[in-house]
Amino acid sequence: MAEKNKQPKAPILSLSNVSIRYVTGDFKEIGVKEFFLRKITGKYQTTEFWADKNITFAIYPGDMLGIIGGNGAGKSTLLKAISGIMVPTEGSVNCKGRIAALLELGSGFDGDLTVKENTYLRGALLGYTKKFMDETYDDIIEFAELRDFEDRPFKYLSSGMKSRLAFSIASLVDPDILILDEVLSVGDGSFRKKSEKKMKSIISGGATTILVSHSLRQVRAMCNKILWLDHGEQIVFGDDVKKICDAYEKYVNDKVLPKKGSVWNKPAQ
Amino acid sequence: MGKILDTFRRHRFLFSELVKRDFKKKYKRTYLGMLWSLLSPLLTLLVMNLVFSNFFGRTGVGYDYTIYLFCGIIVWNFFSDATNGGMGSLMGNSAIFSKINVPKYLFLFSRNISSLINFGLTFVVFLIFCLIRQVPITPLFFALIIPIICLIVFNVGVGMILSALFIFFRDVKYLWSVFLTLLMYMTAIFYDPYQMTGAIGEYAWLFNINPIYVYAKYFRWVVLGVGGSDPAFPPLWFNLLAVGYAALAFLIGALIYKRKNYKFLYYI
Repeated sequence: MAEKNKQPKAPILSLSNVSIRYVTGDFKEIGVKEFFLRKITGKYQTTEFWADKNITFAIYPGDMLGIIGGNGAGKSTLLKAISGIMVPTEGSVNCKGRIAALLELGSGFDGDLTVKENTYLRGALLGYTKKFMDETYDDIIEFAELRDFEDRPFKYLSSGMKSRLAFSIASLVDPDILILDEVLSVGDGSFRKKSEKKMKSIISGGATTILVSHSLRQVRAMCNKILWLDHGEQIVFGDDVKKICDAYEKYVNDKVLPKKGSVWNKPAQ
Repeated sequence: MGKILDTFRRHRFLFSELVKRDFKKKYKRTYLGMLWSLLSPLLTLLVMNLVFSNFFGRTGVGYDYTIYLFCGIIVWNFFSDATNGGMGSLMGNSAIFSKINVPKYLFLFSRNISSLINFGLTFVVFLIFCLIRQVPITPLFFALIIPIICLIVFNVGVGMILSALFIFFRDVKYLWSVFLTLLMYMTAIFYDPYQMTGAIGEYAWLFNINPIYVYAKYFRWVVLGVGGSDPAFPPLWFNLLAVGYAALAFLIGALIYKRKNYKFLYYI
């Protein structure tokens, strides 16, 4: 995949020194009275928390980037910055192309609307046109295997059905950059197989993909570049998938982070 | 400006879907459904008419009291419905905008559209009432487009301010309901400040501080006439006042949205 002579000149997505700060502390749970009281008495406190620190990488059209790291490593926050939901506190995200982000698929639906209404609403949220939805609605329902539930309120679906529908709608996107946050693990066994196949066909269609997964097997099989995050720090970014995954596996087992710049001095192309 | 129009074109389908959703949710599990948007102002009208004509003797005031009431109610209902609904529009959609990158004001706009549709329906009934009560419908009625547009813009502006504040402080909901009660009495829905005796009558012009009073008065000015005179097009200063309030509210709201656009996420 990463033949050196075929590397295009311009990266489709590049992040330089991206840091994202969350502010947590007093302000969230208090009301107006407490807010002003604490402001006046000087007891108002906020703590800062860096979800991501100095993340720098670039990917090129056709790349498949896997982001690995434990819980709270800053993966989802980073994806939010890439998809434009958040702006980085420092640094810059430079993206050329249309992004489709499939983050936490099952949420954001409206329980009171029917399956059909939700399908249209979600399609609209993802930027599809009405014409496109009219044409593909049947395919979506067929793929999600929810034909019998079309006119039921969404809240009566099982959680597996919900994510099946979410995946079916979202997988129709034809973006330049596709962001997948743990979406390859939806539904039951047979649906998972179906969804993986669908994803592979999208990826082989030439989309640049960013995959967040806790399944190292999946990452090894599909990605050609890896970004390893740990507590917001960029441990490594590189295209030596095997080496990095091995090191990560070792880390998962013995909880010792590799020394900075030890295994992988060579920067990724 | 071109950018905003472009954003709107791109999100036209989303916008219509959001309007549909807000509308469906509003009347979910109601037997009469949309009919309620007509019934509730009519019932308010009936109650107020009953109370103030019979108990407080507000008849013989020189104009059609029922229509006077209706002018106040129609403006007030639009305002309170749009702002009460608009307040929760960001909070209620936080699950969406924290996952998908969509312009956040769309949620507020769509909520306002469903209020506007309600208002439109009530307005038709208002016109029918004018016919029944033999209040002449003249070409002057076209002037009503001015307070209506002002009110739409004003509602959006106040909605932006409230929905942003609501994200930061949930108290806003309770404070607003208290404030609405105060504002409602200050809108002079069922009385006429200029016909009051004592301090209120003397300082009746102070009511112009309240934008909703100004919009209601605009209706009355065009439909019934104020101060005993015939229906007329309000003077320039009054028009400027109406437009000014709307522009001010919208500017403040837009500024808050622009500055806090990415901050909302931290508070939900």
